[in-house]
Amino acid sequence: MLLRVAWRRAALSVTVAAGPRPAVPNRGLRLRVIDNAPQSAVHCDAAAASEAESGLRPLYMDVQATAPLDPRVLDAMLPYLINYYGNPHSRTHAYGWESEAAVEHARQQVASLIGADPREIIFTSGATESNNIAVKELEAAIQPDTSLVSIMTVNNEIGVKQPIAEIGQICSSRKVYFHTDAAQAVGKIPLDVNDMKIDLMSISGHKIYGPKGVGAIYIRRRPRVRVEPLQSGGGQERGMRSGTVPTPLVVGLGAACEVAQQEMEYDHKRVSQLAERLIQKIMKSLPDVVMNGDPEHHYPGCINLSFAYVEGESLLMALKDVALSSGSACTSASLEPSYVLRAIGADEDLAHSSIRFGIGRFTTEEEVDYTVEKCIQHVKRLREMSPLWEMVQDGIDLKSIKWTQH
Amino acid sequence: MAAAGAGRLRRAASALLLQSPRLPARELSAPARLYHKKVVDHYENPRNVGSLDKTSKNVGTGLVGAPACGDVMKLQIQVDEKGKIVDARFKTFGCGSAIASSSLATEWVKGKTVEEALTIKNTDIAKELCLPPVKLHCSMLAEDAIKAALADYKLKQEPKEGDAKKK
Repeated sequence: MLLRVAWRRAALSVTVAAGPRPAVPNRGLRLRVIDNAPQSAVHCDAAAASEAESGLRPLYMDVQATAPLDPRVLDAMLPYLINYYGNPHSRTHAYGWESEAAVEHARQQVASLIGADPREIIFTSGATESNNIAVKELEAAIQPDTSLVSIMTVNNEIGVKQPIAEIGQICSSRKVYFHTDAAQAVGKIPLDVNDMKIDLMSISGHKIYGPKGVGAIYIRRRPRVRVEPLQSGGGQERGMRSGTVPTPLVVGLGAACEVAQQEMEYDHKRVSQLAERLIQKIMKSLPDVVMNGDPEHHYPGCINLSFAYVEGESLLMALKDVALSSGSACTSASLEPSYVLRAIGADEDLAHSSIRFGIGRFTTEEEVDYTVEKCIQHVKRLREMSPLWEMVQDGIDLKSIKWTQH
Repeated sequence: MAAAGAGRLRRAASALLLQSPRLPARELSAPARLYHKKVVDHYENPRNVGSLDKTSKNVGTGLVGAPACGDVMKLQIQVDEKGKIVDARFKTFGCGSAIASSSLATEWVKGKTVEEALTIKNTDIAKELCLPPVKLHCSMLAEDAIKAALADYKLKQEPKEGDAKKK
């Protein structure tokens, strides 16, 4: 027991030493790797590769889909991918002890970001698994009239912030469980599970500059919230989620949470400035652009704009050196336009014209300016090709036309 | 000793990760799965984008699709006295494949007679542009647009019964 405690202390100090934290993090870091064509383009036309785009990758403006690993997170993870490979549940040797110490340290980092107790954090494979665990709890309810309210904290398509504190207040007064999927919100806006009376919360690693394949679920202890495990096995994570806890991934999640806590205010201010810049520049140069979502209760890093008379997927194709996403049907496998835009009452043709711009921790002003410039250029070009724009310029009211059904 | 080994290994891993190219950049800049270069070409080097005088007797205009569906194509043909299509123009509100399908349609109708143009099939358009199954409806709409333009032209050639079709 004493040996284990000593090992924990030693392991923690090694972790801290192995991951040197730079005094001023490199905020302009964007991994633009020049592809020296010959050695990598083995099986295809090297000529085409060299003449196309000089080997640069597109700008990344899709952080809601996934986010790059923060270099500080990678630094924290590497020792556990290379040398400290023990199973955190092994109780009989140093490999297990140091791995367990890292897992518990990460648990503390996640808990402190949301104002929770570490005993209330269970590691999972991601926010989807966390959501499933939380909702399954409904089926395991003891009383027949127990119910669950489940709300997304920040919407991933339009960036709208839900009034979580108010909803938490209502739920606790009616004795109803309150779950929130905070994948897009954790580490970006201040959250406190006690102030907001949250009973269950889903956390995703790769949305907050952590690794993919890991997440967590927060499960309140006082008053106790009981959940049914989704997978059974060796009883790890207090019996709520069996399976060996993946130490490197969990260390990455913990480091991502700690970095997010440090950087939250600065990031929010910077992202807001860049978002304002993007919106102002576009609105100033293009008519008939609609921003989807409540402008007041809105996370600035997720900007969803509809460019009337231009279809979303064609704009994405035109902006080929920027990675973006659209709410149009053509970009979804099911050919259905975004259900979110339909739910907020956007006109159907505007739903097909929407583009989501994601601004994150590593987005630079140059990237925003480039994206804006190309966007304006191609929207103008696509409008020249659009029969709807032509009709509107001729003074025809599009709503009066009888369209053919296809 | 373990720490030193770890340090060396870590430095090597860092070097590997940060200095070598991760993916051939070509794979990202032109995702061949989604945008075939023929489809992109129709947008980057547009041909026949524009409008003809829709009030002219020699011009047939087809307008198909609906904004609510995310696909609207306007295709116009100009026919000479001998029944041959001498010019064609298009405008499209739709995805890259829709733009390419309608653009290709205008290229193919040029030089054909009105009867020959009726034989253009959506499967030919889809094959030429290598459209994936999920985009086949774009080629179908392009075929509909051709037929609508031809029908409009035929209607205009009929002896004057009522007003010319206003669309």
